[in-house]
Amino acid sequence: MKFSDVVIIGGGPAGMSAALAAAEAGVRVTMMDRFSEPGGQLVKQTHRFFGSEHERAGTRGIEIVEILRKQIEENPLIEVKKNTDVLGIYSDRVITFEEDHVYGRMTAGKIIIATGASEKMLQFENNDLPGVYGAGAVQTLMNVYGIQPGQRVLMIGAGNIGLIVSYQLLQAGAQVAAIVEAAPRIGGYKVHASKVRRFGVPIYTKTTIKAALGDHRVTGAVLADMDDKFQIIPGTEREIEVDTICIAVGLAPLSELLVHSGAEMHYVPQLGGFVPVRDEYLETTAPGVYVAGDVSCIEEATAAMLEGSIAGVSAAIASGMNRPELIAKREEFVEQLAILRSGAAGKKIRDGLKLIARREQN
Amino acid sequence: MTGTLESTGIASREMFEKLLPSPERRARGPYIVMECYEEIPCNPCSTSCPFHAVHMDNINDLPQCDIDKCTGCGSCVGRCPGLACFVIDETVGDGKVKITFPYEMVPLPAVGDQVDALGRDGEVVGKAEIVRVLSTEKLDHTSIITMLVDKELLYDARNIRCE
Ligand SMILES: Cc1cc2nc3c(=O)[nH]c(=O)nc-3n(C[C@H](O)[C@H](O)[C@H](O)COP(=O)(O)OP(=O)(O)OC[C@H]3O[C@@H](n4cnc5c(N)ncnc54)[C@H](O)[C@@H]3O)c2cc1C
Ligand code: SF4
Ligand code: SF4
Repeated sequence: MKFSDVVIIGGGPAGMSAALAAAEAGVRVTMMDRFSEPGGQLVKQTHRFFGSEHERAGTRGIEIVEILRKQIEENPLIEVKKNTDVLGIYSDRVITFEEDHVYGRMTAGKIIIATGASEKMLQFENNDLPGVYGAGAVQTLMNVYGIQPGQRVLMIGAGNIGLIVSYQLLQAGAQVAAIVEAAPRIGGYKVHASKVRRFGVPIYTKTTIKAALGDHRVTGAVLADMDDKFQIIPGTEREIEVDTICIAVGLAPLSELLVHSGAEMHYVPQLGGFVPVRDEYLETTAPGVYVAGDVSCIEEATAAMLEGSIAGVSAAIASGMNRPELIAKREEFVEQLAILRSGAAGKKIRDGLKLIARREQN
Repeated sequence: MTGTLESTGIASREMFEKLLPSPERRARGPYIVMECYEEIPCNPCSTSCPFHAVHMDNINDLPQCDIDKCTGCGSCVGRCPGLACFVIDETVGDGKVKITFPYEMVPLPAVGDQVDALGRDGEVVGKAEIVRVLSTEKLDHTSIITMLVDKELLYDARNIRCE
């Protein structure tokens, strides 16, 4: 069976950073992604990124991908398997996958799982009508294929994704009829909210969608007010005319492969769902299996890239590249990540991580 | 308008006015206003300033601008991913002010155009004359536009409608 020092599953910002960090440390890397090009979420992010300029904030996501792809292409130690869907992880780090529809197997010294996240769905009447989309699909249609998904859109969720995708819909020439948010506060960054408000998009907090209207496709929606316990207040229902409903109510870690690997998992709402117990260097309780990016906790690309770098160097160090300068480099990444998470916006993540940190003794 | 920035996405006049520099500085020339009211892990405003006017100890801090170092050059306007940086010039006289803001929509206005000035909620608040449009390759699709509006619109005017 084919062997690679480090196999990375998922070629988003976390996976790409992990591949570069491990290969730069001198080990052989195989990175697998189910899509035809690596990039993950970043390939649809046409907006300038938040985060640290050091991790390329202020640059558009699509451009960050280009920079990372080029570095990966130029690195002879990295093999990229595209169109490769990883199916399972067995004991002794045997990985099974489908590459261009052909079944394959290989083994790895270390595995880094960087599979990202999947969108959460929302339950309401008629949510299976054509015209109801997830925010990821809307972004892919617009920004990858250049297709405008609808003329008049209702956005559900005022987190960063709901706000950013609303802005991108405006850029694509669509109208955004409203953004509704069940919580009393806008969850995303206020600068993003102000940006869409300036174009006349109303944001209704304490509001939800009760039903989609239409026979064969969406022609409208029923909105309703919510009380403090997130229950619909009867009698507040009203209709809004839209042809598209876009759901942006959050992401959940795509953690099935971590479960396969035998890593100990816990449900931590602050981190987005089922996530693995891990140590400071992102090794899970399954020996030699590391985690990085949104699958470790739903956060953002800067954090995903730093986690990728930490997991990549750590996997290399554990593979015998135990050099002082690599250990120093890893400490630097760990410190940058701690600084990034040190503010008010990082509190939820810090609280969640406390619950899931791998303790040395017990 | 009722509600707060947290529930509406609109910063109040009081919040904005707290960001304004001293009257002397305002009378001297263009200055930056960073309408970034929430601590978020973000720093391109400070790293992009060619005059090192913007200070941040921790990436989560609010940007602190040494307004005497700020020349109003507008570099940060095109780099801020929150589109939250505006250059204001109150020295033009004639009851007018210039507001420089980032713009990422098509079509772009042309210099000399008379357009609707939009408020923080997207409603028309008055008229604006476009006096500068900067759209270079380096700016990478975030154009920097300067509009001339009545000075009463200092707080309100934050966007334009181009038809
Ligand atoms: C609308 C939106 C706006 C955002 N804006 C920002 C922002 O401004 N700043 C910021 O820092 N972050 C932002 N983010 C977040 C950022 O995009 C993510 O945090 C980041 O992409 C996570 O990286 P990742 O590598 O962990 O996962 P992903 O980017 O999701 O990559 C995971 C990869 O794994 C692959 N994969 C999954 N399962 C398998 C399998 N079984 N086999 C093979 N391959 C598999 C997928 O195909 C994918 O390519 C935004 C996200 C969204 C949705
Ligand atoms: S306007 Fe120019 S000088 Fe002033 S803070 Fe912005 S980049 Fe710096
Ligand atoms: S770049 Fe913009 S959004 Fe980011 S901290 Fe500076 S002013 Fe705020």
